[in-house]
Amino acid sequence: MKYLLRPALSLFVLLSVITGIVYPLVVTGISRVLFPDDAAGSLITVAGKPVGSRLIGQNFANPKYFWGRPSATSPQPYNGMASSGSNLGSLNPALVDAIKGRVAALKAADLYNGGSIPLDLVTASGSGLDPHISPAAAVYQEARVARIRGLTPDAVHALVEKYTEGRQWGLFGDPRVNVLELNLALDRLVNQRP
Amino acid sequence: MTAHAWLLLVVYLVVLLILAKPLGMYIAHVMEGNASIFLPFGSKTESLLYQLCGIKPDVEMSWLRYALAILLFNALGALTVYALQRLQLWLPLNPQAMANVSPDSSFNTALSFATNTDWQGYAGESTMSYLTQMSGLTVQNFFSAATGIVVVIALIRGFARHTAKSIGNAWVDLTRITMYVLLPISLVYAVFLVGQGTIQNFDAYKNVTTLDIAHYDVPKLDASGQPVKDAQGNTVMEPATTQTETLPMGPVASQEAIKMLGTNGGGFFNANSAHPYENPTPLTNFVQMLSIFLIPAALCLSFGRMVGDMRQGWVILITMTVLFLVMAFLAIHFEQQANPLFAHLGVDMGAGNMEGKEVRFGIADSGLFATITTLASCGAVNAMHDSFMPMGGFVPLWDMMLGEVVFGGVGSGLYGMLVFAVMAVFIAGLMIGRTPEYLGKKIESFEMKMVSIAILVTPLIVLVGTATAVMSADGVAGIANPGAHGFSEILYAFTSAANNNGSAFAGLSANTPFYNVLLGIAVWFGRFGVIVPVLALAGSLAAKKRIAPGAGTMPTHGPLFAVLLIGTVVLVGALNYVPALALGPVVEHLMLFSGH
Repeated sequence: MKYLLRPALSLFVLLSVITGIVYPLVVTGISRVLFPDDAAGSLITVAGKPVGSRLIGQNFANPKYFWGRPSATSPQPYNGMASSGSNLGSLNPALVDAIKGRVAALKAADLYNGGSIPLDLVTASGSGLDPHISPAAAVYQEARVARIRGLTPDAVHALVEKYTEGRQWGLFGDPRVNVLELNLALDRLVNQRP
Repeated sequence: MTAHAWLLLVVYLVVLLILAKPLGMYIAHVMEGNASIFLPFGSKTESLLYQLCGIKPDVEMSWLRYALAILLFNALGALTVYALQRLQLWLPLNPQAMANVSPDSSFNTALSFATNTDWQGYAGESTMSYLTQMSGLTVQNFFSAATGIVVVIALIRGFARHTAKSIGNAWVDLTRITMYVLLPISLVYAVFLVGQGTIQNFDAYKNVTTLDIAHYDVPKLDASGQPVKDAQGNTVMEPATTQTETLPMGPVASQEAIKMLGTNGGGFFNANSAHPYENPTPLTNFVQMLSIFLIPAALCLSFGRMVGDMRQGWVILITMTVLFLVMAFLAIHFEQQANPLFAHLGVDMGAGNMEGKEVRFGIADSGLFATITTLASCGAVNAMHDSFMPMGGFVPLWDMMLGEVVFGGVGSGLYGMLVFAVMAVFIAGLMIGRTPEYLGKKIESFEMKMVSIAILVTPLIVLVGTATAVMSADGVAGIANPGAHGFSEILYAFTSAANNNGSAFAGLSANTPFYNVLLGIAVWFGRFGVIVPVLALAGSLAAKKRIAPGAGTMPTHGPLFAVLLIGTVVLVGALNYVPALALGPVVEHLMLFSGH
């Protein structure tokens, strides 16, 4: 074994230093120069204070905001310390109950809305931190938000359109709306009003 | 499947095949010792490393010594990861003061990352220090990937050489594949990921004040900190609110790159590639999918080149591609269906099964990712497989049961497929009554013994493990979903562990001493129970004379052989697992759609 032990140990240590210390530090260094904001978490700041990240969703339950995906993290939704999906199987009665509850909450917040609810608005995301909803899910909520904020439906719709992203390069992923950015823009719009 | 999903699949395949050829040629060059043509500074570093380590690069090893070297190197890796977890509180780069990890969880994670499985019983963001992540887990992502590749290179040498006593030098092979292939690609890849939004820093976690206030329920605690129970024994809940969100940080991109490229799949965070800080955009998602299959596809062509007949490599690659297309179609097809139980709840069913999926990926990119990650023994997930439709979840499970040979893990996929190829020529030989041969090597009794061990060891671990777990109280205690799906969760766990995949039906509470120990054993024997016989096969083949193809030789480069190979892989997979599958996803599917 001796003829194997020395090469094994020394090669293990040297390659560990290269791949486990040098390599991450080099990536960090290059990133800090080329993409400092991305490397630090794509934070959004308002008046110099960080209010969240462009990439990490937040929980919205107040009807004056657009709501995001339901989050199955525990104990609180959108818990950045415990990213997770619900892991409920499709036959699990708890899944149907959860969806019934979310449908009821959406309908209670918007009694006049007879439309059918886009599925992404009542199903928990994979990460529990999904920052996006589908454009249909945003459109579904426009009337409620407009009414509570005292804005015209057109103004709110224009805002949704502005924050709707298409498929990346026209091919990858699905069209989506960033909920936190949309709600921040909504707050700005309301505050700007004379 | 929608037109968009078809387009995505076609673009994926085209880009993959375009990239596979040059990378495959490059890997063959590197492993033949000609890397310095491409990296002029490399050869000096390489010789310096050998000098420091007392390695004589020109002295080759017998298969047994090669196997011992590989085992020793991987055992050192497992020990290091174990130690880092057990001591992390007292080591640097731990701004969140993460506690030392429990012995059973550390044991599981150490073996899991040393075997390229990356099964995770823990949640990264609340368990691992930055040092453990980058100097323990990231390092193993490199080393376990390198291990898989060098083993297949040794097997290829077994076919390519004749009357040889040795199959290469394990230290040289490990160094070359790490320094010339894995490291440079990872470096560029990691920087690309950061450019798209993947984080890379050593900051403490950041607290931000959110726009809205979150209302939620927490268990009510009594004076001694125990949850209060009501008369029925249910936990009493009380309302709580928060307006603070914690954003986890860390050196993610550097780990993410090799996590995907090396088909490791162990996420920095619990949600893995569904987490926006790991996989921020649809473009990163596409590149992640690409990088899972990249090296496994390229190695098929390295194989063709090293045995001196490119057609032999292409036929393997085409066989893999055909099986992949079928599975990808099924996964996307079933996930584009909505759950029939939601039909009367007032929701729009058109979107498909969005439970456990991210909006930026949608159904097509999630179904495709699930297929790729489970066919390759990657195990990263961008959507929660536990919440897939029953037959949508059947696909990842069946993908793994094929033995991780359709692309498969880096190296391990190809050596697994070559083992099946030997099996296929053996079956064909039996049918026509001739001594089977493959690539000019006679396949005899010793080879078939090694092939049989390599093929049977994983199903044995999966079925015995699953049976043990469903018959023990500790095993059943981990189940999250009632009914047949609970059985599927356990079957998935052992299938994933023994095949070194690492994905999960994650509802299963597997971070218990029972599962940590049992699955830890499963990953180790699922890995080295195959690697050792494969290296023995390599040694035995290398020692054989090469015989010229005769009139009775079955050609192994045409469509006939591809069909035979597909048949062998599917049949072995099916015969081993159909009864178990019938009890899980098949029952679920019938129950879910019986209401119609």
